[in-house]
Amino acid sequence: MGKLTLGVFSSLVGSLSMDFAVKLSEAAVKKGHKVDFWVSGNGTMLSKKAQRAFKDYSALEKKLQELFATGNFQATACEACAEARGYRKEDTMEGWQRHSMDWYLASCFSADKVLHIGGD
Amino acid sequence: MAIKKFAFVVKSLPYKTEASRLALTHAIASQTVEIYLEDGENVEPVVAFIGDGVLNCLKNQKSMNTYGVTSNEQHLKNSLLLDLRVLICKEDIDKFGISEDALIMDAEDIGGETRARVVPFSEIMQEMDSASHLLFF
Repeated sequence: MGKLTLGVFSSLVGSLSMDFAVKLSEAAVKKGHKVDFWVSGNGTMLSKKAQRAFKDYSALEKKLQELFATGNFQATACEACAEARGYRKEDTMEGWQRHSMDWYLASCFSADKVLHIGGD
Repeated sequence: MAIKKFAFVVKSLPYKTEASRLALTHAIASQTVEIYLEDGENVEPVVAFIGDGVLNCLKNQKSMNTYGVTSNEQHLKNSLLLDLRVLICKEDIDKFGISEDALIMDAEDIGGETRARVVPFSEIMQEMDSASHLLFF
């Protein structure tokens, strides 16, 4: 089984790029692969806890919790990008890690495939 | 000993989005990636500006004066100070009518020795072909 690293820079709300990335993660984990999921820039919005699920907006917290529970999915937010947006450590959804950008590069290093999904 | 080349390809306009800034900050992060890797492993970054992205390389950016935020010029100079390889697409600067004199080609003012290079797109393609991973910004 392989390792997929996804870097996502789009915000949770505003496009469906994040939905696509999480859906792809689900498919990969279901096939037995491991997924590293990195968010940077506006993508750090995904790591914010207590998102309210409206039908008009993307809501991925529940899916992420299911992915974390598999043990084959880890998600990390860029700490500086999150802090710049006012997302503090205590605001971070359970299961997430926060690191600097070198974590992403290291994850890419050991990945079988990397999919880098740019921002807005 | 495993060294993997990562190509950071910048095609976004400066300041319109955060993308080009993130390209440079992620590329600079290659300087500390070793803390996560095994002995002998490392990342070799190359930064290539293409299309609208070449506008990130213009000199005399004033974002600190205007918005109070660091400029992409400062990040680009930091990249050169850290000896990152920086390539700027010749065809695209020609398309915009930009001369090399108008571009940030070095970081001598902060003690850098490495220079950016204006190269034909074919050379950037070769870099992309030989990279382990492509990261488009």
